[in-house]
Amino acid sequence: MLTVFLAVLRRDLLLSWRGRADLLVTLAFFVIVVCLFPFGVGAETNQLRAIAPGVLWVAALLASLLSLHRLFAQDHADGTLEQLLLSSEPAVSWVAGKVVAYWLTTGLPLVVAAPGLALLFDVEQGALPVLTFSLALGTPILALLGAVGAALTLGVRGGGMLLALLILPLYVPVLIFGAGAVEAWLGGTGATAHLLLLGGGLAGALALAPWACAAALRIAME
Amino acid sequence: MQWESWSAFWQMGGAGVYVWACYGLTLALIVAELVLVIRRRKDTVTRLLRWRRAVGKDVGGQGARVESVE
Amino acid sequence: MTNERMTNPDNPPGRSPTSWLRFAAPQQFYPLAGRLAPWFACTAAVLTVVGLYIGFFVAPTDFQQGEVYRVIFIHVPAAWMSMFIYLVMAFWAAVGLVMNTRLSFIMSQALAPTGAMFCFVALWTGALWGKPTWGTYWVWDARLTSQLLLLFLYFGFIALTRAIEDPRRADRAGAIIALVGAVNVPIIYFSVQWWNTLHQGASVSLTKAPSMASTMLAGMLLMSIAAWMYSIAVALWRVRALILERERHTEWVGEVLEAEGRAR
Repeated sequence: MLTVFLAVLRRDLLLSWRGRADLLVTLAFFVIVVCLFPFGVGAETNQLRAIAPGVLWVAALLASLLSLHRLFAQDHADGTLEQLLLSSEPAVSWVAGKVVAYWLTTGLPLVVAAPGLALLFDVEQGALPVLTFSLALGTPILALLGAVGAALTLGVRGGGMLLALLILPLYVPVLIFGAGAVEAWLGGTGATAHLLLLGGGLAGALALAPWACAAALRIAME
Repeated sequence: MQWESWSAFWQMGGAGVYVWACYGLTLALIVAELVLVIRRRKDTVTRLLRWRRAVGKDVGGQGARVESVE
Repeated sequence: MTNERMTNPDNPPGRSPTSWLRFAAPQQFYPLAGRLAPWFACTAAVLTVVGLYIGFFVAPTDFQQGEVYRVIFIHVPAAWMSMFIYLVMAFWAAVGLVMNTRLSFIMSQALAPTGAMFCFVALWTGALWGKPTWGTYWVWDARLTSQLLLLFLYFGFIALTRAIEDPRRADRAGAIIALVGAVNVPIIYFSVQWWNTLHQGASVSLTKAPSMASTMLAGMLLMSIAAWMYSIAVALWRVRALILERERHTEWVGEVLEAEGRAR
C-alpha cells in the first residue's frame, strides 16, 4: 500500500516538474490577487494591516481552486485512471498519493510565499510564523476537499465552475479558522485554539476525504 | 380581533411594506414552484410520448419490451 | 386519474402480503405518490389558512417589535424546513448508496429545489424583518450566515445532479456531495458561530428571543407543519415526473403514457 502511494507520489511530482510553468501560474495568481487588494481598498497602512490575514487566506483559497480541475483530468484522458481503478491496490493509497503530490506542487509554494506577501501589508513580524503554520495546516484540507470535488465533476461539462460552486462553501470553516488564527494572535488572545481546530480538521479530512474521493472516482468511471 | 379596520391590517403598524413583501414573495415562489412542477410532468409525458412514437411503439400497440433498465 | 391502469398486473396493489418495502420499487411508488400527493397538498392548504388566521387575527401584537414580528409565521417554518430537507436529502442519499435503491436517489433530487426555495425564503424574510427591527437588511450573524451557506450547498447539489447526463452517475455523485455537505453543516455552523463571537461587529443580539404568546407559537407550529406537508406534496409530484423519465424503457411506463395520451 505504501509502495503504491510512493510510486504515484513520485510519478505525479515528476510530471509536475516537467510542466513547471503550470505551477508558476498558481503562484503568480496568488501573488497578483494579493497585490490587487491595496488598489481596491486603498493603501492606508492600518487598514492593510487589518485585512491582511483575510486577504492572504482568500487569495490562497482561490489559488488552490485554480488548477484543481486538472487534478484527475490528465489521467482520465489517457486512461491511467481506469488502469489504477482496475488494479488490485486499494484506491485510497494512490488517491492519497495524488493529493499529496498536488498539495506539494500547488499548496506548498503558497505557504512559502505567504510570509513575504504579508510583509507588503505591514503585518507584524511575530505573526508571520502563525500565518505560515495556519496555511501549512489549512491548505492540505483545501486540497483534500478539493480532490473530492474534482473527482465528482470529472469530465462533466462546465466542470471548472461547477467545482467552485461545490467546494467553496465547504472551504468556509478552513478560511474562518485559518485567517482567525492570525487575527487572534494579533489580537493577543493566542492562536492555539484556532490552530488546534485546523489540525483536527486536517486529521478529519485525511481520514475521510481519500475514501470519498476514491468512491467519487469509481462513480465517475463506471 | 387584533385590527380596528382593514386599512390598519394592511398597514401592519407601519411595517406593511416589509411584512407584505415577505408574504408576497413567498406566495409567488410557491405558486411558481407548483406551476413548474405541474408543467414539468406534462412536458415529460409529451416528450416521452413523442419519443415512444419515434422509437416505433404506437399508441395502443403491443409495444415490444425493449431492454429493461433493471 | 387512471391509477388502476398504472399498476403492474402481476402484482395487484394492496393484496400482496409483502411489506411496505415493495413501494421502494418505482413502479409501485408512482401510483402511490399520485394518490398521496393531493392529500398532503390539501392538508398543507388547510393548515396554512388556519395558521395564517391565527397569525394575523388571533396572535397579539408583540410589545417589543410591534406588528413586524408577524413575518415569523413564514420565516421560522421556512428556516426549519430548509435545514430539515437537507438532512432528509442526505438521509435518502445515504440509503441510496447503501441499499442501492434508485428511488432513494430520486427522492433526494426531488427534495432539493423545494429545500433551496425555503432557504431563500428564510433569507429574504430574515432580511426584510431585519430592516425595521435592527435597522439593517443583513448582519453577519451566525444563523444568517449559515443559512446563506446552506443555500450555496443546495445550489451545488442541484447544479451537480443536473450537469451530469448519465443518471446513474448523477445519482451517486449527488449523493456523495449531499453527504459531504451534511457532514459539513455542523462544522460550518460551529465555525461561523465561533467567528461571529470573535468579531463583535454586529451589536444586535439575536439570541434574545422575545417571550412568545402561546397563540404566536401555535401559529408558527401550524405553519411549520403546513410547510412540511407542502414539501412532501411537491416532492412526490416531482418524483413522479422523475420516475417516468428514468423508467421510460419499461413496459409499465409505456402503459401509463398511453393512458395519458388517450386522456388528452
